[in-house]
Amino acid sequence: MPTVSETISQLQAAFPSTAVTEFRGEKRVVVKKEDLFAVLRLLKERLGFDLLVDITCVDYLNYRGATDRFGLVYLLTNIAENVRLTLRVMLNEPDLAVPSATPLWTGADWLEREVWDMFGIQFEGHPDLRRVLMPDEFTAHPLRKDYPMQGRGERHNFPVLRRAES
Amino acid sequence: MPITPATLRNANSSEQDYLWTLNFGPQHPATHTTLRIVLKLDGERVVDAIPDIGYLHSGFEKIGEHLDYNQYVTVTDRMNYISPIANNVAWHHAVEKLLGIELTPRCKYIRTLICELARISDHLLSTGAMGLDVGAFTFFLYAFYQREKIYDIFETLCGARFTNSYTRVGGVMHDITPLVIEKVRAFLREFPKTIDEMEKLVNRNRIFVDRMKGVGVLSKEEAINRSATGPVARASGVTRDLRKDEPYLAYKDLDFKVCCAKAGDCFARYYVRIAEMRESLKLVAQAVENIPAGPVNVGVDERAILPTKQQVYQTIEGTITHFELVMTNRGFTVPNDESYGAIEAPNGELGFYLAGDGSDVAYRARCRPPSFIHFSMFPYLIRGHTLSDVVAVLGSLNIIAAELDR
Repeated sequence: MPTVSETISQLQAAFPSTAVTEFRGEKRVVVKKEDLFAVLRLLKERLGFDLLVDITCVDYLNYRGATDRFGLVYLLTNIAENVRLTLRVMLNEPDLAVPSATPLWTGADWLEREVWDMFGIQFEGHPDLRRVLMPDEFTAHPLRKDYPMQGRGERHNFPVLRRAES
Repeated sequence: MPITPATLRNANSSEQDYLWTLNFGPQHPATHTTLRIVLKLDGERVVDAIPDIGYLHSGFEKIGEHLDYNQYVTVTDRMNYISPIANNVAWHHAVEKLLGIELTPRCKYIRTLICELARISDHLLSTGAMGLDVGAFTFFLYAFYQREKIYDIFETLCGARFTNSYTRVGGVMHDITPLVIEKVRAFLREFPKTIDEMEKLVNRNRIFVDRMKGVGVLSKEEAINRSATGPVARASGVTRDLRKDEPYLAYKDLDFKVCCAKAGDCFARYYVRIAEMRESLKLVAQAVENIPAGPVNVGVDERAILPTKQQVYQTIEGTITHFELVMTNRGFTVPNDESYGAIEAPNGELGFYLAGDGSDVAYRARCRPPSFIHFSMFPYLIRGHTLSDVVAVLGSLNIIAAELDR
């Protein structure tokens, strides 16, 4: 029965650069961007992490002591053993492209679309990387920290369709 | 010749001329909220469905970076508005995990109690609306009548029927009163009869069963692969329930079963919800009779919740805590770290990924919305079924657009 520490030791054996932190009893691993897809595949296919709970992102622009701009977060669960693992990968501009997780989990589809929509992280190999919440003509990525709370006036410039034109 | 989704993508447009495009929504009685689906129809058969969401997007996650941990609870009310009190609990569960606060036993029981009442009220509406969409109107009225009773309980508990905002960091708004307990007991006496009647109305009803069975089948493997949680996953045979797997609040002390089905179709999702209501009823009955005595909120030394007026005026610790929490340049003691806390909300796993930066406003407040993930599998579920099955599948997934778009 693999516990989370066994999982991490196997992960570190395969990818020696994996860093581990712990907070409130939760183990988190940080992997390098080049290894991301291989790590995810190892976790899914060999270590039994079959449920992708969430993909999200944090923009560390104003974060005290942060060295990287974006932290992409994968929350994974091994249902059979009831083990959770948080996996993070750090990204910096201008290289904001990571391999998509859709070949491993179909559920990654909309989650990655949302991260692209809100943060502008590109997922290479995603079948349909369109905006999911914001309208298609929107140009910014609103959850980035340099985007103001009140917007930049996009809303006022949305095209208005009259009844006759629609 | 019937067109499969694969040929649809590969075929050039002239071969698809006879396909009819139908806009379903954004305003349609059967979507219940504002979402749009573009359906490609071959006669009455759905060849492909393209969901278009975002009509209700109001930037809840952006707002979460500007409101403090207590203020944001009012926003979580507006996410899944058919079980708002469960969202309150989910939010403060995540916040307390980040802050490292351990609740008092009394608070744990009260939160468990309201969570399970919220689950009953959610499942009443979702199964009721499912029945409404496929033509069982009386069924919906039976369900909604009982839902009103739960609203009454919540109104007595916290003054609001719908948007409760009942929880606070380290406790609740105010303690539970004997009148609430009395109303919960009355509900416990009355409700089993209604649920029996509801089951009698539709479980063997030819129209209902024919429209639900075998429609929108989700296999166990696909459910896991597509990140399904909650009743949708359990109806496909995934035996995962955070109340059992990662016991939070008082679930460790209480006796209940995890309800699962194997079929994975709309009827299984309906049936799992009905069975869960019965289990929730057992939980409510146990929780309401076993609420421990003692303080409901954490002590003043935690510096999380406003102390009572008596403590503020008569003890120095109370005065200091009040000052620390009320002054704008002070507030909670938040670590510079990130954590993910999740509960089993009525709709699935509802979690918040929080990044704290030392201030009492979250640096990042990500909500893991179950509706969003369940709706992403809608095209997969509906392909090959008829137009009338669209509402059955939508209803059985319990899509709440406010949670979908946030």
